[in-house]
Amino acid sequence: MTPLLELEDVEARYGPVRALHGVSLSVGEGEVVAVLGGNGAGKTTTLRAISGLVSTAGEVRFAGERISRASPERVARAGIAHVPEGRGLFNELSVYDNLRLGAFLQRSGFDEDYERVRAHFPWLEDRRDQQAGTLSGGEQQMLAIARALMARPRLLLLDEPSLGLAPLVVREIFAILGDLNEKEGLAVLVVEQNAKLALRSSSRAYVLEVGRVALEGPSAELAENESVRKAYLGY
Amino acid sequence: MTQFLQQVVAGLASGSIYALLALGIVIIYRSTGIVNFAQGEMATFTTFVAWTLVDHGVGYWGAFALTLVIAFAGGIALERTIVRRVEGGPVITAVILTIGLFILLGGLSNWIWKAEVRSFPPDRPFPTSAWDVGGVAISKQDAGILAVTVVLVLALWALFQLTKLGLALRASALNPTASRLVGIRVGWMLALGWGLAAALGAVAGLFTAAANPPLDPNMMRPVLIYALAAAVLGGLESPVGAIVGGLAIGVVLNLIVTYDTHVHLDLDRMRIPMAFLAILIVLLVRPAGIFGRTAVRRV
Repeated sequence: MTPLLELEDVEARYGPVRALHGVSLSVGEGEVVAVLGGNGAGKTTTLRAISGLVSTAGEVRFAGERISRASPERVARAGIAHVPEGRGLFNELSVYDNLRLGAFLQRSGFDEDYERVRAHFPWLEDRRDQQAGTLSGGEQQMLAIARALMARPRLLLLDEPSLGLAPLVVREIFAILGDLNEKEGLAVLVVEQNAKLALRSSSRAYVLEVGRVALEGPSAELAENESVRKAYLGY
Repeated sequence: MTQFLQQVVAGLASGSIYALLALGIVIIYRSTGIVNFAQGEMATFTTFVAWTLVDHGVGYWGAFALTLVIAFAGGIALERTIVRRVEGGPVITAVILTIGLFILLGGLSNWIWKAEVRSFPPDRPFPTSAWDVGGVAISKQDAGILAVTVVLVLALWALFQLTKLGLALRASALNPTASRLVGIRVGWMLALGWGLAAALGAVAGLFTAAANPPLDPNMMRPVLIYALAAAVLGGLESPVGAIVGGLAIGVVLNLIVTYDTHVHLDLDRMRIPMAFLAILIVLLVRPAGIFGRTAVRRV
């Protein structure tokens, strides 16, 4: 079976600086895959390369379609929702308008999508008229995920959802993600610094080092790996 | 008091022209971060297009409507072909580009239509008579200009606040990257902003010509300065500010002319320096303008 998302030898550069040196990875249908690595390893760039936010060489295929060098708009249309670094909310707009923008490509079925998303984030309804920028960090992260879900994606790209959040909130967010994956079969590619959590919530993982895949395998095995433990788990 | 009210009404009419041009400047500034110095010359150019249409036998209001469509398409074309190349780059490049467009379009208008005096509009688009409202004479032309402005502003408000397209336009201005990630074609939204601004400018140009005949290739130069002052006064980011700023400048200028019986400011010479003074004071005292946004945000 061909995977849902496949990167083959993807390179990416910011001007003259090469950030990815041939990354290959894949995400299967309904699979949760984690990407680990330190600062500057190329985690965020990998997601940006998939979404077309950075110029790339190499092949990116999604659901049988070639999306290398496609614009972010086209990648979104193909069914990939990207929650970027810093969450990418429209801070000045209301919670509700943010969700409406998430559903921008959907011609109908807004109410159903809203109900579906609200089932995971019940507090959204009480805050629907609040400016997104005034939510707490955890709420902002949840709104960013909720907005991504409004697009009915087949694949969710998540850039460091745990960044700057309290452990309790992080656990809540990952519980919801697990739920989405189990109940709705949503495939997730998550980039994380919090390796312990990422390995626990994913079935497979990749470790990036200076723009290359240094290690890959089932998350449970990587969690036992000596060098992963030393470098990323700290024991 | 009657005279005062009368001058206020007349000031509101000229102020609404500044407001329309300022609104165009704000729409472009919000979406692309570019101050479009060519806004006035774009308006002049399209007004001459209207003159050409009328010259070829199209009725005034028909030419008016057609010109808006042409201006809208022209604004979009300008953004897609030229302006997009400097978007997201250094501000100074964009400034030089719009000043270049200012000179280029001004030159084009002078070249195509020669710098000769033309009577336009051929007939007064609004009746020349006036209404008497409690002793205050309100010219039908002033009322007409104000009415069209109000309708345009309401239509724009509805577009931006009530439609999905408007939401996409606002989103593109606030966060282009996030907008692209939800599937909005941000490039086209910016182009649409230029189209709307050009159409607003066309109305300002047509009304400037109607209020101060004859038609003159340099007619929008002072109007641009007032519009810039209006936009800065209201806050470059604020459409409401542009409208209030434009109206305020129109009224204040008119009142100064009426009541300045001591200093005898040579207004034809002093208007523009005063507009610049207003810009300077606002930038020094309150750079965000009166209606500038102070974004509330938690991190």
